Amino acid sequence: MATASVAHHDAAVHDHHDHEHHDNFITKYIFSTDHKMIGKQFLVTGIFWAIIGGFLSILFRLQLGFPDMNLEFLRPLLGGWIDETGKLDPTFYLALVTMHGTIMVFFVLTAGLSGTFSNFLIPLQIGARDMASGFMNMLSYWFFFLSSVIMFISLFIKTGPAGGGWVVYPPLSALEQAIPGSGLGMTLWLVAMTFFIASSLLGGINYITTVINLRTKGMSFSRLPLTIWAFFLTAVIGLLSFPVLFAAALLLVFDRSFGTSFYLSDIYVAGEALPNTGGSPVLYQHLFWFLGHPEVYIVLLPALGITSEVIATNARKPIFGYKAMIISMLGITILSFIVWAHHMFVSGMNPFLGSIFMFLTLIIAVPSAVKVFNYLTTLWRGNLIFTPAMLFSIGLVSFFISGGLTGIFLGNSAIDIQLHDTYFVVAHFHLVMGSASFFGLLAGVYHWFPKMFGRMMDARLGYVHFWLTFVGVYMVFFPMHYIGIAGFPRRYYSWTNFEFSNMYTDLNMFVSAAAIITFAAQFIFLFNFFYSMYRGRKATQNPWRSTTLEWTTPIEPGHGNWPGEIPTVYRWPYDYSKPGAAEDFIPQTVPLSQTPESNLPHEQELVKLELEIMKDEAEVLVANESKH
Amino acid sequence: MYGFLIGVGVLLLLSIIWMVYRIQTLVSVVKGSDKKIATGSNKINAILFVLFLVGTGILMFWYSIKEFDNYQLPIASEHGVVTDRLFWITMAVTGVVFLITHVLLFIFPYKYQYKEDRKATFYPDNNKLEIIWTAVPGVVLAGLVISGWMAWSDITAPAPEKAHVVEIMGYQFAWDVRYPGKDNVLGDHDYRLITASNSHGIDFTDKNSLDDFPSPRVVIPKGEPVLFKIRARDVLHSVFAPHMRLKMDAVPGMPTRFWFVPTKTTEEMRAELNDPEFEYEIACTEICGRGHFSMKKVIEVVEPEAYQKWLSEQKSFIQQNPSLAEGLTPEVKELAEIQLSESKK
Repeated sequence: MATASVAHHDAAVHDHHDHEHHDNFITKYIFSTDHKMIGKQFLVTGIFWAIIGGFLSILFRLQLGFPDMNLEFLRPLLGGWIDETGKLDPTFYLALVTMHGTIMVFFVLTAGLSGTFSNFLIPLQIGARDMASGFMNMLSYWFFFLSSVIMFISLFIKTGPAGGGWVVYPPLSALEQAIPGSGLGMTLWLVAMTFFIASSLLGGINYITTVINLRTKGMSFSRLPLTIWAFFLTAVIGLLSFPVLFAAALLLVFDRSFGTSFYLSDIYVAGEALPNTGGSPVLYQHLFWFLGHPEVYIVLLPALGITSEVIATNARKPIFGYKAMIISMLGITILSFIVWAHHMFVSGMNPFLGSIFMFLTLIIAVPSAVKVFNYLTTLWRGNLIFTPAMLFSIGLVSFFISGGLTGIFLGNSAIDIQLHDTYFVVAHFHLVMGSASFFGLLAGVYHWFPKMFGRMMDARLGYVHFWLTFVGVYMVFFPMHYIGIAGFPRRYYSWTNFEFSNMYTDLNMFVSAAAIITFAAQFIFLFNFFYSMYRGRKATQNPWRSTTLEWTTPIEPGHGNWPGEIPTVYRWPYDYSKPGAAEDFIPQTVPLSQTPESNLPHEQELVKLELEIMKDEAEVLVANESKH
Repeated sequence: MYGFLIGVGVLLLLSIIWMVYRIQTLVSVVKGSDKKIATGSNKINAILFVLFLVGTGILMFWYSIKEFDNYQLPIASEHGVVTDRLFWITMAVTGVVFLITHVLLFIFPYKYQYKEDRKATFYPDNNKLEIIWTAVPGVVLAGLVISGWMAWSDITAPAPEKAHVVEIMGYQFAWDVRYPGKDNVLGDHDYRLITASNSHGIDFTDKNSLDDFPSPRVVIPKGEPVLFKIRARDVLHSVFAPHMRLKMDAVPGMPTRFWFVPTKTTEEMRAELNDPEFEYEIACTEICGRGHFSMKKVIEVVEPEAYQKWLSEQKSFIQQNPSLAEGLTPEVKELAEIQLSESKK
């Protein structure tokens, strides 16, 4: 009981603190240590990057879909990257592809997704006043901001941003002679990524500590919402894998600037034999993908966590197989570290290693399949309410299936020989990791917007946004499978040099048109987002009639989240449509002893224990009061 | 002027959308539908899911069947038949899963859309189901992995002794081809020896290099094993021969290889496709810089007899450029001179 009394004491101190606390503009909106504000900062920065990242993809889709188009009208924006004949410069095309990948993977789907919702939801859903370290949390955002500024600047420099693909494989990324983007652009890329990694680590340590230490009374790990499980495991993955990327980047910095030969060997470029010998470009690939593959799950797991929550709430049904969901997420977490070399089947590494990684890779398909079946069973015999968040969640499951299944082709090294680095891969990961995570992000925004801003987003605009985006994404990425099976290589400025790929101009045009429409549809969301922030309908306290803790806070929670004592948790987060209960949901804060009509047999046994604990605590509380 | 008109048009369109949006918001407030748990839109969304399922389903089947011959490249190597069979087996298995899961995913929203008088079934878990759908995918995947692994082991096994060796070297932005000559052994190379006249960096002090010869295209015999020895001179490249189902990175400092057996000559393929212009091609599939999209090399597959004839007609590096033999040790120089005299015959 000692711990309980300490917690109460703390809570009391916090309360006083809260009332005296007056934020000025700078401490409230800029250098804020409030996890909710930091979450919103990540979200807005993420949205900014998503617009840039999406816009870059439109630029190169113009080139791919309409290769003969005169792009003169882009000259005010792109300047010298449009040549005299109105064509996009091929080097800049590569830079566009590179920056689109980097921005989307790291700045939007890692920082924008994990950064937003881990920060915003972890304290609210586990019943904590804030993160374990608010200051570190603030640093995490500002490192990310600094990283963003540097990456943004790199878009505008004369030699162009990094252009070696988002994986920045050396020697291309190490040699300025090989591509101009490997000059200053690449330096800025590396510096920006260094700050980004620092930001990720600071955030990750915070998420992990907070989840382990600051759960409210009764919030055992087996009562955590799946969102929190997902954020927690995501943070663990990030904490273990990002340092490896840092190492890889650091060695690359050495090779670029200090004449070492970690990745460089036997190179003759621009009429000159370089002195480097003994390095291995494949080493970089191993190091990079040691982060690069877990990164896929860093962007995907939070989306899956959000979806679990949204689907359960809007199906008015407990998530099916709560424990199986946790076990499969744990499985994915562990396996994500031992599948990285499936990106390298034809890199020249030992083929035996390829066989091992093929086995490991296809194992990871099993927990993913389990998750899909659990989602489907959750929908089965539910009472489904199609809020925009629910629509996006169902869309996510669809993308997860479509993109996941093509992973079975690519994970098979024999089949991968033909498909590697073709549009089949592009289709695969844009569906399973890009679009699925993006839909998770959007589902999260629609679902928790009322908690973030105290107002509702417009549902009808949400429906229009969903249907345009959902159909649009399939129209963009599904045709790419055909193009990929036909062998069209990735990162090609044009395919007309080759007989085998001198076709499908119509299909590429279709894809580009669909991409433009899909991108345009996002402005519906942007309007809805910013308009509703100020003019949306006022939210009620629990608009989705959800069970989790964040909906027990005031409509616009202040610093500290709960004005009074932190609520205690008595049950798991998925008591929806429980037989016998009057309402179709029972919040986590309702004790079992108050719901004898709906308790299951094993819960009825717990009631006695629960009453005993409550009695003890009441005594402690009284003792504390008298001390004061 | 056009720009101005377009601007006005867009502005007009936006303001109409804005007005429609405001009107529908106000109407929903008046009707009180914003207080309801599920409005009429719930039904519309449910129906749209079914329409989406049917519509895209039809589109997918129609296009997949119509375009089959376009995206399915003809196969021209022995292992290509194996990997393509694996591909289509996997397609069948995943296709079934894809259809079943999507039918369920989009039918459930329609079937179980919100009704005020109904309560969802409280069904939190079922371990038997979990075990079944862990085990079944596990077994199916094991089958796919094992067949894939057997194919992979065969493809990546060491090349047969008698395989015809061809060296392919990638550089920005082309491929250079070198044949080992009569001895079927490539001479040593060193990137520091690269000069304008020795783009491969061949070490001519190595006797094996004396009969090596270059070729503007990759010529290989049908039905006999061919070993591509692959390397890169500056940055990563990747040799991709789509019809051969062949792909292997070219790595500076680390030679790689890929062996295969071509099954159709260029002529046969031209007849099959009814395309007299057809050529087998090599493309680059590892981003390598500005000209990445234009690294093309032609492969010519010929009958074995024609191949032998072609081989005997080729001139070695030394024969093409006797100055390369300058400065060699007397012993090697002697061999080089024999080469030269042979070519004069």
